[in-house]
Amino acid sequence: MSVFAVAMVAVMVTMALALVRALRGPTIFDRILAVNSFGTATVLFISVHGYLAGRPDFLDLALVYALMNFIGTLAVLKYLHAPGLGAADLAPPGEEGP
Amino acid sequence: MIVEVVVGILLGLGGLACITGAVGLLRFPDVYSRMHASGVTDTLGAGLVVLGLLVWAALGDGGWATALAEGHAEAAKPGLLQSVKLVSILFFLWVSGTTAVHALAKAAWLDGLVPWTRDEEGASSTR
Repeated sequence: MSVFAVAMVAVMVTMALALVRALRGPTIFDRILAVNSFGTATVLFISVHGYLAGRPDFLDLALVYALMNFIGTLAVLKYLHAPGLGAADLAPPGEEGP
Repeated sequence: MIVEVVVGILLGLGGLACITGAVGLLRFPDVYSRMHASGVTDTLGAGLVVLGLLVWAALGDGGWATALAEGHAEAAKPGLLQSVKLVSILFFLWVSGTTAVHALAKAAWLDGLVPWTRDEEGASSTR
């Protein structure tokens, strides 16, 4: 089904553009956002590829990847904002804002 | 034949939404507006693509709806399993995508990133 190939090309273009933002992003948060968007595009890529190659059981990979992407983003944010990942006495950051 | 047209339209629109979101990710001036663009990819793009796959899993060749229509329930099982997986993928994508971007916005705000405004250059787009 050539339409799956079309969707895969579109998702690949999305991934390329997200990578450009990841490389260029001035702040660290742009990079995290770009990687998060790249992860979502990967989930779609795996799903559509599964159907293109006649292997619909790829959907398990896409499901796991969607969850891992979420956990990865939160882990990086947690590391960024509160470096003491393991620290027990980590005072919750107040709402000081800028 | 009609199924392929419908699936084609859904996947095409989904791909288009993904690309729109990615272009927005590149062109918007600061992190906070780029989050909106990445949201387009997460929700609309993923939604349409997965919806297209769902239609294909139901009505395409080997789909569970066609199998059930012809009466042999045994052949419908794999298609049903795919549809359940697709629905759960969509659910997790929508729930986790928005939550992650929300956490990102909070971290950016607490880090002191000022949203971009037209008159004076916000700190976030230059730093």
